[in-house]
Amino acid sequence: MNPLAAETATTSSMVSNLYVFLLATFIGLEVIRRVSPLLHTPLMSLTNAISAIAVVGAISIAGMGPGHGDRFSMWLGAIAVFASMTNIVSGYLITDRMLKMFKKREGGRP
Amino acid sequence: MSPSLNALFINGSYLLASVLFILALKWMSAPITARRGVAAGVAGMAAAIGGTLIQPDVEYYRPILIAMVAGTAVGLPLSMVALTAVPQRTALSHAFGALAAALVGSAKYYLHHDTLDAVTMTAIIFEVLLGSLTFTGSLMACGKLMEIIPTRPITYRNQNVINLGLLTLAVVIGIVLIINPSLWWLFPVMLLLGLIFGVLLIIPIGGADMPTVISLLNSYAGLAAVAMGFVLDNKVLIIAGALDGSSGFILSVIMCKAMNRSFTNVLFGAFGQIQTAAAATEQKAYRSASPEEAASILEAARSVVIVPGYGMAVAQAQHKVRELHDALTKKGVDVKFAIHPVAGRMPGHMNVLLAEADIPYDKLVEMDDINPEMPQTDVALIIGANDVTNPSARHDKSSPIFGMPIIDVDKAHSVMVIKRSMNPGFAGIDNELYYLDKTMMLFGDAKGFVADIVKELAHGGH
Repeated sequence: MNPLAAETATTSSMVSNLYVFLLATFIGLEVIRRVSPLLHTPLMSLTNAISAIAVVGAISIAGMGPGHGDRFSMWLGAIAVFASMTNIVSGYLITDRMLKMFKKREGGRP
Repeated sequence: MSPSLNALFINGSYLLASVLFILALKWMSAPITARRGVAAGVAGMAAAIGGTLIQPDVEYYRPILIAMVAGTAVGLPLSMVALTAVPQRTALSHAFGALAAALVGSAKYYLHHDTLDAVTMTAIIFEVLLGSLTFTGSLMACGKLMEIIPTRPITYRNQNVINLGLLTLAVVIGIVLIINPSLWWLFPVMLLLGLIFGVLLIIPIGGADMPTVISLLNSYAGLAAVAMGFVLDNKVLIIAGALDGSSGFILSVIMCKAMNRSFTNVLFGAFGQIQTAAAATEQKAYRSASPEEAASILEAARSVVIVPGYGMAVAQAQHKVRELHDALTKKGVDVKFAIHPVAGRMPGHMNVLLAEADIPYDKLVEMDDINPEMPQTDVALIIGANDVTNPSARHDKSSPIFGMPIIDVDKAHSVMVIKRSMNPGFAGIDNELYYLDKTMMLFGDAKGFVADIVKELAHGGH
């Protein structure tokens, strides 16, 4: 591919990514507006765990073979995998732990 | 697997993950479905990781595996912290998320800096700047919440000018790099400026503003993930980051409204700094009462609204408060809890603390819903809260908290305040509520005093 065509290709994928970003933000605002304030703390830990999807990018850097990456980039990627994995594990577990505590009254008046 | 089938699997897993993440947040809307939301989030994450691991350019599994095991080993204890420590854990996780973004962006630049086009380079600059400032900023917020860094605002001359100057310099360097990506030595300079700016951004912000700051950093961490999605041309990253970013944004707006502050005021205002304002120390008359008196009034009431503040959690009084709730409910008193949005140290924190003490969540009522009921309430019992009950926020234009929405406890028939002494609280603002005729001051440690009331209720009940 000549450089100009490559440039056009990145620009067009950038534009479609912008669409995805705007639509996802719109969905996010609408969905999160409906979350009860009761659950705002678990909400934040859940969204935090979800955004640890960055692990996907980190894996692709850490696992690069020779010819693509080197030792230094592998280290950067591996630390990023570590940081994201910490968020995934602690984020989901603590969210679930908190949500388990929210109980309606057992017995008595409704 | 053939390359096209492989690509189908990878893209399929990302699409599935995106759908599951959106469903996860949708199910968070109510406590009944919320745990299903967590399950959807986990499933989405598993799908996306699985899809990534079968990518053809992922060739080395060892570093990935070791990093994942190490991350799990650190993540497990972090998920078991006390619920009072959840805000600092959250701040720390924003730091980790931002670190990952900054590192991936840096690696991408390091590997490809002579072939990057301006569009990708712009995304990398965004990713690395947002990632680096959110990383150190969140670490500072975490330190303030853990109180290893002074929680009061730290200020110096020309602070805002210096801070904005630094940020501008970092952005200018970023623009230079976009125009000429081969100036590789400028990259670490920009990264360093981002890291320093993160520290300077948070040190002038006082402890009382931490709920807003955490939400704002949450938003930044999400946007850093979005930028990573643009760099790697990966849509699931963009979607998940956008969800995180919009959630942080909504929560910051709610927190700002709850304190009647603007973003600029939180970020540049150094609130909570002027604590000398309590000069008007004329002795005003107030009434105090014993646990016995308090118990007999509570027992005779039809409706009681308990207003908890973070002071209750500091005194570890939640479980005693639950006992009080149980004892009064058993005597036919209608007990509710009024939750101010900034009652804890992060959005929704107070609800979690009370839920842990087994208080049914249908008894936890948000400020806007409880205020119309206050005039029909017999007793408002305030435990460890101060500013969010101060009526001067409604009418005294000279008060630093003027305009802040409060819980209208002064409209209840009578008011009880459990407090250590008459000293003004954290923000140093005197509360006129304490001098009203209908107010009774209950002096003592929150946990001990509530325990005494519960004991009295048990004796009187036979």
